[in-house]
Amino acid sequence: MTFLPVLLEIMLGLLSLSLVITFVRLVKGPSIPDRVVALDLITMIVAAMIALYMMYSNQPVFLDAIIILALIGFFGTVAFSLYLKKGAGK
Amino acid sequence: MIKEIILAVIIVLGTLLIMLAAVGILRFPDLYTRMHAASKSASLGIGFILLAGIIYFWSFTFTLKTLAVILFIFLTIPIASHMIGKVAYLRKVELYEGTCIDEMKAK
Repeated sequence: MTFLPVLLEIMLGLLSLSLVITFVRLVKGPSIPDRVVALDLITMIVAAMIALYMMYSNQPVFLDAIIILALIGFFGTVAFSLYLKKGAGK
Repeated sequence: MIKEIILAVIIVLGTLLIMLAAVGILRFPDLYTRMHAASKSASLGIGFILLAGIIYFWSFTFTLKTLAVILFIFLTIPIASHMIGKVAYLRKVELYEGTCIDEMKAK
């Protein structure tokens, strides 16, 4: 009758596969901004995984974790870019 | 039953968009094209998944909080991408060799 938990498990598997793909770019990225962009995407993927698990375990409390994770991703990227701009020599 | 089918369609769409962002960040040749792939499709994908959360828990306070989160994500991802792209250009990260136009070069 209900096929939604099985679908959520499959989608969590696909998201962890894309996490691995992004981690490859994080390891072998040629420059530092490449790695910052990959870290931002990793934050977004983990937020999406938390949102799927929120529906899987039927607990809406996990939305607060998504809020915190989005904040951390944004401030992390802005802090990295300010720090890199200071070393850009211009 | 009809609610589950709508939920399934939205969830599959969002997950495929995020997977598309991951494949794009691995396969594109340049920092700027990679950033294009990552920011746009990842923000749209997480918007779809949070929309599925709204339909799943059908309550008022949860809808308000989730709409605030979607608005925050759609506002902050372009700002972060713009800042990191400008810093990458200032640090002279090389462009793809098939790039047609470079408007920052004149300044």
